[in-house]
Amino acid sequence: MTINGIGVSPGITIGKASLLKKQEAALSGVVLANDADITIEIEKFNNAVALSVQDVETMINSYDQSQGKEGLEILETHIELLTDPQISEDVTEKISKEKKNANDAVIEVIADAVQLFTNMEDEYLSTRAADVQDIGDRLLRNLNSSIPDTTTTYEADTIIIAEDLTPSDTISMDTTHVAGFVTQVGGRTSHAAIIARSRGVPAIVGCGITLTEIKDGDLLILDGQSGAIIINPDQNTIDQYRIKQDNWQAQNNLLRSLKDTPATTTDGINIKLFANIGDANDMEQAIGFGAEGSGLLRTELLFMGRDALPDEEEQFEFYKAVALKAKGKPVIVRTLDIGGDKQLPYFNFPAEQNPFLGYRAIRICLDRPDIFIVQLKAILRASTFGRLKIMFPMISNIQEVRAAKVILQQAKDELSKAGITFDKNIPVGIMIEIPSAAITADLLAKEVDFFSIGTNDLCQYTLAVDRMNEQIKELYDPYNPGVLRLIAYVIDQGHKNNVEVGMCGELASDPKATLLLLGMGLTEFSMSAAAIPEIKNIIIHSDLTKAKQIHSHIMEMDSSTAITAYLQEITL
Amino acid sequence: MITKDYIITAAEGIHARPATNLVKLTKNYSSLISIKKGDRTVKLSSLMNILSLGIKGGETISIIIDGEDETSAIIAIDAFFEEELKHL
Repeated sequence: MTINGIGVSPGITIGKASLLKKQEAALSGVVLANDADITIEIEKFNNAVALSVQDVETMINSYDQSQGKEGLEILETHIELLTDPQISEDVTEKISKEKKNANDAVIEVIADAVQLFTNMEDEYLSTRAADVQDIGDRLLRNLNSSIPDTTTTYEADTIIIAEDLTPSDTISMDTTHVAGFVTQVGGRTSHAAIIARSRGVPAIVGCGITLTEIKDGDLLILDGQSGAIIINPDQNTIDQYRIKQDNWQAQNNLLRSLKDTPATTTDGINIKLFANIGDANDMEQAIGFGAEGSGLLRTELLFMGRDALPDEEEQFEFYKAVALKAKGKPVIVRTLDIGGDKQLPYFNFPAEQNPFLGYRAIRICLDRPDIFIVQLKAILRASTFGRLKIMFPMISNIQEVRAAKVILQQAKDELSKAGITFDKNIPVGIMIEIPSAAITADLLAKEVDFFSIGTNDLCQYTLAVDRMNEQIKELYDPYNPGVLRLIAYVIDQGHKNNVEVGMCGELASDPKATLLLLGMGLTEFSMSAAAIPEIKNIIIHSDLTKAKQIHSHIMEMDSSTAITAYLQEITL
Repeated sequence: MITKDYIITAAEGIHARPATNLVKLTKNYSSLISIKKGDRTVKLSSLMNILSLGIKGGETISIIIDGEDETSAIIAIDAFFEEELKHL
């Protein structure tokens, strides 16, 4: 059978389940008789604090630095918590005023603190409850020496199953043979997740009560990406996962080795590799893949799957969250791109013959400035939290750019009047996805700070081919010399007019196209985050002189079949 | 007494790691140092207290310092918020 949790550390592991059980300290209900007892219990507590600090200091001194510095930081935080004046004050008060013994006082104070953190909305802070529980457990162990520590060694390929893992569980555990972690509670930032990621073993958290299905010694397959746990799989499934495991390992090695490598060609040209994202979570994940920013934030996610338009405040929070996750890296926010195949239930689109040639994207926004200005104001407000840029989609002529900029100016004026701060020099750009825009790139360049080539629509519109139509699917071909010439022209005009040019369509993530695009002079590629390592790998092994030769050679070819065959050959 | 407001620029707010450093820093001074968010004011010497404020990125907090060495304490705290917290 298969159960599911939240995959928080990717990878595949096959191993034996080992259930981690902890003895819990219990309330004694003792009522202290006199002041002498009170003094003794307070003394016991202070003693337990000193012993616990010693424990943690010993762990710090013997800490293996190769296991990442996260563990060390956790231990230092634990020392602060153990010696926390507030905790000490609360415990002492319970002993002296409520006449409780040290054991009961600690249990109650820690339980309250854990409750406080658990109830916090912020996921990171709510998982800090585990730290508080952890130091509480340690204090109790030192108060009652009968409760043993949970340090154990494990056999090869053990998968630890626990209700939750405290930080010191994972640190003091001999994890040399631990092949994965599964917990009942927790989230992406729980300790099991952090430690598993820093050690590169899969972890699945938040499995809930279904975790009780797993018995000690069960054979398990963990898929740390999808969050699936297969209990006692058959041989066939095991074999399949062994292959998956090998593939993942190979891919992961490449990915890990490239994450912090700059995307620089062998002749020293820096290329920006950006991610196409839908929300703040995507941004965070993209940075993990080595993205240096986002070349396309699709804002449709915010508008789809709901009953009404999101108001300015909700939009502001959404853009702000992305800006914060980007940590100062640039994010290109594409304004609303609905219509065509993207419908909204609460927005009445007229039925039309050719929706892709119809009422969509900037056309709707210019028709409905009341909707457009709300989005622009929300983006502007969020621009103080990072490096946001604004991009208008589906531009077919310069008048649309000017009209959109007038509304943007109006949004700025309204904010200024209200005394709200925003990035006054927020860069403004357009998508180049309609042939007329590509051909007039020289004119459009005078109105904007950047271009982003949307190859999917550009290809569809240039070749007059509906790519959803199965019968003519093969006509949809970004390697058509006509499409390639348009792309090369846009890049060239961008350079001549000092306008940055990026690409956010599928061609940017096609390994076959990388050298050709480099040769055309493209320096900014935006793609799905997972594609970044592979494209980076091509870039760092290429030089621009050769790429330029390839480009001029291809411009002489007259068929996409010849072009793709040639690209295939040189990319290998 | 010195009171100064700070906007938390780190996306994650004040997490355990920077908060630990902040607590350590305040131990170097004899002044009473408190942190205020909204209408809650707590002592900066307690990590529990700081974390319990649940400070997020973008929020504003006030630091209140009262004591003999308050002028040197504010310099250290300024440096902490301006530099250290920004890069975490």
